[in-house]
Amino acid sequence: MGVEGIGASVARKEDKRFLTGKGRYTDDMSVPGMKYAFFVRSPHAHAKIKSIDISAASAMPGVIGVLEGKQLQADGIGNLICGWMIHSKDGSPMNMGAWRPLAHDTVRYVGDGVAIVVADSLGEARDAAEAVVVDYDVLPAVTEAVKALEAGQPQIHPEAANNLIFDWQIGDGGATDKAIAEAAHVTEIKLHNNRLAPNPMEPRATLGIYDSAEDHYTCYTTSQNPHVARLVMSAFYNVAPENKLRVIAPDVGGGFGSKIYIYPEEIVCLWASKKTGVPVKWTSDRTEAFLTDAHGRDHVSTVKMAFDKDNRVTGLKVDTIANLGAYMSLFSSAVPTYLYATLLSGQYAIPAIHANVRTVYTNTVPVDAYRGAGRPEATYLLERTMETAARELGISPAELRRKNFIRSFPHQTPVIMNYDAGDYEASLEAAMATADWNGFAARKAEAARRGMKRGIGMSCYIEACGIAPSAAVGSLGAGVGLWESAEVRVNAVGTIEVMTGSHSHGQGHETTFAQLIADRLGVPIDSVNIVHGDTDKVQMGMGTYGSRSGAVGMSAVVKALDKVEAKAKKIAAHLMEADESDIVIENGELKVAGTDKALPWFQVALAAYTAHNLPAGMEPGLKEGAFYDPSNFTFPAGCYICEVEVDPETGTTEIIQFVAADDFGNIINPMIVEGQVHGGIAQGIGQALLENVHYDPQNGQLITASYMDYAMPRADNLPSFKLSHQNTPCPSNPLGIKGCGEAGAIGSPPALINAITDAIGNNSLTMPATPQKVWSAINAAN
Amino acid sequence: MAKVKMTVNGRQVGSECEDRTLLVHFLRENLALTGTHVGCDTTQCGACVVHMDGRSVKSCTILAAQAAGSTITTIEGLAGGGDLHPVQAAFKANHGLQCGFCTPGMVMTAVDMIRRHGANLDEATVRAELDGNICRCTGYHNIVKSILAAAAEMGGVQQAAE
Repeated sequence: MGVEGIGASVARKEDKRFLTGKGRYTDDMSVPGMKYAFFVRSPHAHAKIKSIDISAASAMPGVIGVLEGKQLQADGIGNLICGWMIHSKDGSPMNMGAWRPLAHDTVRYVGDGVAIVVADSLGEARDAAEAVVVDYDVLPAVTEAVKALEAGQPQIHPEAANNLIFDWQIGDGGATDKAIAEAAHVTEIKLHNNRLAPNPMEPRATLGIYDSAEDHYTCYTTSQNPHVARLVMSAFYNVAPENKLRVIAPDVGGGFGSKIYIYPEEIVCLWASKKTGVPVKWTSDRTEAFLTDAHGRDHVSTVKMAFDKDNRVTGLKVDTIANLGAYMSLFSSAVPTYLYATLLSGQYAIPAIHANVRTVYTNTVPVDAYRGAGRPEATYLLERTMETAARELGISPAELRRKNFIRSFPHQTPVIMNYDAGDYEASLEAAMATADWNGFAARKAEAARRGMKRGIGMSCYIEACGIAPSAAVGSLGAGVGLWESAEVRVNAVGTIEVMTGSHSHGQGHETTFAQLIADRLGVPIDSVNIVHGDTDKVQMGMGTYGSRSGAVGMSAVVKALDKVEAKAKKIAAHLMEADESDIVIENGELKVAGTDKALPWFQVALAAYTAHNLPAGMEPGLKEGAFYDPSNFTFPAGCYICEVEVDPETGTTEIIQFVAADDFGNIINPMIVEGQVHGGIAQGIGQALLENVHYDPQNGQLITASYMDYAMPRADNLPSFKLSHQNTPCPSNPLGIKGCGEAGAIGSPPALINAITDAIGNNSLTMPATPQKVWSAINAAN
Repeated sequence: MAKVKMTVNGRQVGSECEDRTLLVHFLRENLALTGTHVGCDTTQCGACVVHMDGRSVKSCTILAAQAAGSTITTIEGLAGGGDLHPVQAAFKANHGLQCGFCTPGMVMTAVDMIRRHGANLDEATVRAELDGNICRCTGYHNIVKSILAAAAEMGGVQQAAE
């Protein structure tokens, strides 16, 4: 692997700028004449707008313009879209209501944008926004999905009767019902996967710049996929044709899914820049982020799992109601369907599965993909059910899982997915050994002597990453293909630029992608620059989410590199008068195998550009591009074990140890992969123990709208983690990579809840397991 | 509007700002020192931590006018013209950062923590002291590791250096 190649824990190339304050985030951008925007937002969860009076605000000091939704609509700016069509089981298309970038007739959640104020300073914009008078006719609101489906509830969109967006199913209902009817044992459980706010530390921001001379727009934005933003803003929102719209996502301070989507603010600031004639910058504050960033999760499910007399799972029936909020966000329909129900087989051979999913409008901010997106919901459901079943059946949770593991590959599940490789037993064994599972009884007894309740829980997760084969997702309703692009440009002096459609917002692509080049060519990573995040520099790309950048983005780099190497070998063979098939590339040289003849890499690059002596008919230059469309999903999997100690006096949970054993396939940079797992586990522990988005069910006000009310995991809430890897290479992509970005958030919540319920002897516990809930559960059990 | 003067990263600066201007906005907007970040507006996240007269403060919770006459060090000035401060170097060596947004505040907090505790830092102390700095990427694992490594390396020489 070399010191900088694949498999080396290379320190990151991008770190120095972040460590010295030289990172360039969207809010750091400043251009001549730039002004500041502040949005007027609805204080009501549901209301008719009777009138908007901007006259007082327009006359305030420093105000350049106050703009409303009616003008935006008159200028032909389109409504926001959901890019994944789902059909209900009766064949009807999903019932999508209109989402206007600025509401002008009805507001549907607290924070819904109504107007934008542009002023010389942010303070002046904020002051003037206070002076915009919106006359609302307040309507009743509903925030909970189950309730929103009931008769007599507020109707949020005329297109969706009873607030039902779609009623979808997957799997064989008849076979599943039969398995349950014939079962020796059926475990039933009802679960709520709690609603979360993604909370990247950098709030969303955008800077819209309209150039009237060129009739051209530039959009700086906090995006995980600037090319998708350009495509959608051009093709659907009529902001500008693609050749007149440049989207730049510079350094982006975390995303976790919430920066995939194209939000109203990008569109409105670009439009406002044209209307006012000045560059317009908007930066969210944290409360605005809680109010307007797409939330995650919020599923209510009932589960029936059938077992035969040998404790083998024979069927799984799931009914889920998913809250999608007030509008359908860009990929919101895919999350509780194809990213969720297709993973309900878990690591287990289950002959019959049926899931029914209803998605529902409520008066809350839109819900979309958040780290894991559907797969944490599937894993939590399955792994709490397995643990519950093990307790009911009186066998060890490890034994029940072992008995049901899939052990031969490829394995076709009853819910679309075809698992290509894995060794679930290996991860289970590794996690149990690291956690000293066999020594737990003694530790529990010791804790009991101190009056503490100790518990242990496990979770065996699987996820589908590397999204995704374009034809497959197209057939399932996706509006885009999910390939990735790359271009490898070799400069005349041999240094290399890699243009990638992947986008790094913490993942370290500038290092890992360079490691791939270093591994293949034997050149130092300092001679490789990774270029991303700018639609003027990279032609097209689908961006970074779903743990896809290694498996899909780097595979595109491999394809481009194959072409570059092939041409370089031809040139080297010509120059050294050798056969092309005898040329090998190692240690920064092109060598004739079995001889001492060699040319340094830079010399071959220079020859390509001087073009004085190239093979007959060869074009000058050394630059190749490629698109990679995956042939299958990838299937990272693993086993997580959590051990907790609960104080029965206070209900406080302390995490004694957290063990993660993951199979990510081949790994480029172990240090970076471990960092991804750490962060994912912290978010999963956050979900299980601390975090919860809470809307007042009476009036739809967001109660948890700052870090004083929403419990983010802090350093003293978490332990250090114990990690290991048991890697079976992925057979479907050239690097054997499965992806590591979401596993921690997927696998950890059920392990923690299983541990707490084990400790307290009461399985009725919802996330987040706050001390009050745990204390109540202990006392209910006694 | 008032003209506020202070010493920032060793340089005397003065700039006009509205009375309500927070120190963080003074640094970012008036002095173009954008390394100090705003993550929460409620003094919770610590992305805005700088040193004022040698102690860490949250620059979103102090008016620029209150900092008049003080000596401020931001992340841009921490290394004092050198390559990386030992705490910055430890964060790089131990992968103590991912997206980099909380990083300036984390580093400034860590430097102050090590100044006060020297080589006596242990994991529990570091975790307790990081209560006012939120990171969403790292799960704190490698941040704690970075700070402990820096404390061990800087050890007793730290107090002399301050």
